[in-house]
Amino acid sequence: MHDPAPLHVPPRRIGAWSLIIGAVAIVAVAFGYVGGWLAPHRLTPKKLVNQLQHDAGTFAGYRRNHAKGVCVVGHFDSSGQAQAYSVAEVFAPGQRTPVVGRFAIPGGNPYAPDSSVPIRSMALRFTLANGQQWRTGMNSMPVFPVATPQAFYAQLQAKQPDPVTGKPDPAKIAAFFAAHPETAAFRAWAKTAKPSASFATESYWGLNAFVFVDAAGQHHPVRWRMVPEASDVGSVANTPGGANYLAADLTERLAHGPQRWQLQVTLAKPGDPTNDATKTWPDDRRTIDAGTLVLERSAPQASGPCRDINYDPLVLPAGIEASDDPLLPARSAAYADSYLRRTSEEAHLPGTAAPKPETSR
Amino acid sequence: MNAAPDRFTLAARALHWLMAVMIVAMLFIGVGMVATVSARHEWLLAIHKPLGIAILLLAVIRLAVRVRHPPPPLPADLPALQKLAALASHWLLYFLMLAMPLIGWAMLSAGGYPVMLGDALRLPPIFPTSPVAFAVLRHLHGAFAMLLFLTFLAHMGAALYHGLIRRDGVFASMLPAASRSIDGDREEVDADKADRPSAARQND
Repeated sequence: MHDPAPLHVPPRRIGAWSLIIGAVAIVAVAFGYVGGWLAPHRLTPKKLVNQLQHDAGTFAGYRRNHAKGVCVVGHFDSSGQAQAYSVAEVFAPGQRTPVVGRFAIPGGNPYAPDSSVPIRSMALRFTLANGQQWRTGMNSMPVFPVATPQAFYAQLQAKQPDPVTGKPDPAKIAAFFAAHPETAAFRAWAKTAKPSASFATESYWGLNAFVFVDAAGQHHPVRWRMVPEASDVGSVANTPGGANYLAADLTERLAHGPQRWQLQVTLAKPGDPTNDATKTWPDDRRTIDAGTLVLERSAPQASGPCRDINYDPLVLPAGIEASDDPLLPARSAAYADSYLRRTSEEAHLPGTAAPKPETSR
Repeated sequence: MNAAPDRFTLAARALHWLMAVMIVAMLFIGVGMVATVSARHEWLLAIHKPLGIAILLLAVIRLAVRVRHPPPPLPADLPALQKLAALASHWLLYFLMLAMPLIGWAMLSAGGYPVMLGDALRLPPIFPTSPVAFAVLRHLHGAFAMLLFLTFLAHMGAALYHGLIRRDGVFASMLPAASRSIDGDREEVDADKADRPSAARQND
């Protein structure tokens, strides 16, 4: 071989520069795709939360959904019956676990009248003695309207107020339900549901399936619900006319004594769907009484201990795992985005939403 | 052979390539997990936290190796501006690979989250619970991630520039000893051309 040096310098430079620029560009484009900037059709947490804001307005400092609520404090007394299915410390016999919770109504408007929706929600954070946490967000209905984040997003889009009338377009909502037959069970429930006069008389369903893990490492798909001790006889008929009766009712009940719920855990049988929150499991599934939730006092959400808690349902202790329900990661991701928005507003960071007066909507 | 080291120590090279893979993976995991509502969000997050702590531990070790074994000197003919850029970007990379995991850890602490590295392994909080601190740290984590990615791109581009254009031995100083001819030392190649004519063509 002859010495190639005098001949190959210019082509080598061009080739080398192309290689360098190409390598950098490929990595940058891949990063842009993974990060969603170059994948505009992907459903992102940001899109979901933006749509919640389009539907209800932006209320600085508040959660983007279930914005109106009240803090509660208490504890959970384990019966020990769930211990055979989950090693979570919260289920050890006789274990008492402190709880900071929050009752709320769905929707992004923190000034919505309590009677505007028939749904109430209960969120809980159990702080286990070993430092782990269990967070859960439950609703007062046995099924969720939709099974996937994409369908939930479509539902939010259908509910967006028309710019002319300022109200959701009934035709769009009808079209959404027609296109989503999985909403039938929820709609059947909603037809008979009435806004309750109290948070204390409601049952709250976890909606999504989870998985308990026992000491042998066996997995047990479960769903849970909180069943109230307080009776709701006559409470709907006595519903006060005011917009904010729920928090007042709770304070009054707690003044007379703690309010209690039984945590009922239902065990799935093989074949029961764990990835579809629109479907209930058959009534004959084994249900265990895991313990008693005791709520002792309430506090306004603006100053109470629940204010800075993101009730992310995927904050789970050892012994409880997520199921394959696609709503769970979506809830986790969207709650995180909502939490960042409202904490950024609390921090008065530049570019965050300005507070919106109550009268503007 | 040379009296001055022409190559990073074996420990430094091993740490460099191991951490390069981990950090680049971490950047893609981080940016991907916050941009999806799918199940990827969950399992990427489960990797993100223990991987971040592993990077933090390795970065501390790497810093100690770096202080103990100074890197080979940059070529004497490298323009001053490029020398400055090399020095500044390297220390920026060290700063970010230490700061990013610490900010992430502090951010979760400030948000009141349990810092779980697995199903049961929990790290203690390193920052008091504060929504304001959470928001500031969370934005900082994102901004520094972008800075780290851009610095990585510049670092990769510069490494290839040294290896393919300048061919000054800088790229080879981070390669295994057997592969020195991939980025032959320019002076050495020129001097040894008659003996090793093919050395200069290895990159063609």
